[in-house]
Amino acid sequence: MSSAAPLLSVEGLAVHFDAQRSAFGPAAAPVRAVDGVSFTLARGRTLGLVGESGCGKSTTGYAILQLIRPTSGRIVFDGMDIAALPAKELRPFRRRMQIIFQDAAASLNPRMPVGDLITEALEIHGLHRGAGRGRRIRQLLDLVGIAPHLAERFPHELSGGQAQRIAICRALAVEPELIVCDEAVSALDVSIQAQIVNLLQELQRELGLTYIFISHDLSVVRHVSDEVAVMYLGRIVEKASRQRIFDAAAHPYSRALLSAVPIPDPDVERARERVILTGDLPSPANPPSGCRFRTRCPEVIEACAAKDPPPKLLAPGHYAACIRV
Amino acid sequence: MALLTVRNLTTSFATDQGTIRAVNGVSFTLEPGEVLGLVGESGSGKSVTALSLMRLVREPPAKVEAELLDFEGTDLLRAPARTLRDIRGAGIAMIFQDPMRSLNPVLTIGRQLTEPLRRHMRMGAAAARHRAIELLEMVGIPMAETRLGSYPHQFSGGMRQRVMIAIALSCNPRLLIADEATTALDVTIQAQIVELVRRLTKNLGTAVIWISHDLGLVAGLCDRVNVMYAGRIVETGPVREVFYRPAHGYTIGLIGCTPRVDQVGTPLTPINGLPPNLMDEAPLCPFLPRCDVAIPACRQTRPALRNLPGGHAAVCLADLTSHHRGAH
Repeated sequence: MSSAAPLLSVEGLAVHFDAQRSAFGPAAAPVRAVDGVSFTLARGRTLGLVGESGCGKSTTGYAILQLIRPTSGRIVFDGMDIAALPAKELRPFRRRMQIIFQDAAASLNPRMPVGDLITEALEIHGLHRGAGRGRRIRQLLDLVGIAPHLAERFPHELSGGQAQRIAICRALAVEPELIVCDEAVSALDVSIQAQIVNLLQELQRELGLTYIFISHDLSVVRHVSDEVAVMYLGRIVEKASRQRIFDAAAHPYSRALLSAVPIPDPDVERARERVILTGDLPSPANPPSGCRFRTRCPEVIEACAAKDPPPKLLAPGHYAACIRV
Repeated sequence: MALLTVRNLTTSFATDQGTIRAVNGVSFTLEPGEVLGLVGESGSGKSVTALSLMRLVREPPAKVEAELLDFEGTDLLRAPARTLRDIRGAGIAMIFQDPMRSLNPVLTIGRQLTEPLRRHMRMGAAAARHRAIELLEMVGIPMAETRLGSYPHQFSGGMRQRVMIAIALSCNPRLLIADEATTALDVTIQAQIVELVRRLTKNLGTAVIWISHDLGLVAGLCDRVNVMYAGRIVETGPVREVFYRPAHGYTIGLIGCTPRVDQVGTPLTPINGLPPNLMDEAPLCPFLPRCDVAIPACRQTRPALRNLPGGHAAVCLADLTSHHRGAH
């Protein structure tokens, strides 16, 4: 990897939510949605952030964008710790970091036609004022493969794929460097999903975008990511290049997760050995002592309960937090 | 004898804008103990096919028509409501995507488990309670006896789906329809539930219709698969035939745009365009506007079902042998 400073560096990020206080009795423990997440991301690359519901992957994305203020930790974007900035000074950074959500139709104002939705983004950040604005909007729509006449349409008149293209268009309007894609293709049918995945990849090549691709779908993540971080109960348990994660995963959780993903090939799928985990995810308000995965881990030993395993370097860029690797 | 025979099933919905043919001439048979996959994208008619079999589509506004809808010798289309009620639950059971919405939030798990036992199996209260505990143990719920008094909200998503499976299998149905039953679950929980359903139905000899948009699940579980597009079955066959020797342009498209967790990213081949409007009756192949393998004949005649070797058939005019990838 180049020696240039990374675009994004997350250090010891924690986001805790206070539990609802009952009228009587002691206050409940806070929910530790994200509890000590660190990674760096180079410009122009894609980090896949995977894990199951409640592992903290979306909260990590929101905290990076300062949509949720972190409880502790540093978010260094292009050399500046934005977690420490007051709200007013954040605005120029907000333009440089955008997000695309799973339900595009719900993230678009239903009362605004498509053209106005994009104009609004330009207006807020004072971009392309005056005569050039109309041309810029047509250019942006063209970039995401939307015919110009659709600018008159309202969000409910769009198909799911078109709505997601508009959400991407709106994010691109302000010329961001980092885009967080939060389950951005998860709700789409595979044929449309492939269209949007290809679009995101083309845009990355053309515009040099950096992506954090949050998804529970490991097949798509393998397809789009340069690096992958696997999260479990608020922690990154393993991080490596795409190739290492998918071909040489070391953490028992990563291996179980990968083995659970069905493969659309009858002979391959029937010949696989599958690690079936027992039980459900523990509560993030009350994580197990020691290693958080130990209650479901097929390779657990006594020592796992004693100590929270620190990330161990297995190969350049490949870390796993497990005492057994 | 076939367990289920569906011949020319058509389910349409009358709307102000016109008639939507959600299911448009679907025919297939299912043998006892067979596991059939129904794949296709949103709006392809998979779920409406299943609901029509159960006669759970509200008529009107819907209209369910068929030449034959036979389940173990009973004509589901003409059977009186009482017979249908006997079949639902005892003959054909169904599990859905969202167990929270199929379980009654104000009744205990025990009440919901014993209800079908008392209705269909004519069990007394004590026997039903005893059987309910066995069923919960069978689906892997710990402390089954104490959990009988719990309410659905006290269970996790995976546990609720286990309860649904226990209820569905409680009266030994000959057919279980699983409609996207694991779609809302995390993959590690999905693997648990799929394995559970596979093991239990195999032991009990229950036939299963797996409705899923996930080609991977179907590849691993099913004996045969029906591929649906725009309310029709466009291809049907043994699962290896359909995956390794696809015979319809849509099936090729579907396989080409599905990313695989075991392969490095070759670019995905998206299917361009959008599915057709189900109100317009297309005179030609409904997939033609999006098809990458269409031949000139596709623009002139509408394809009929063509039989291929190995119990495989497709509604497609093109010769697709050059697209076959063969088994690994």
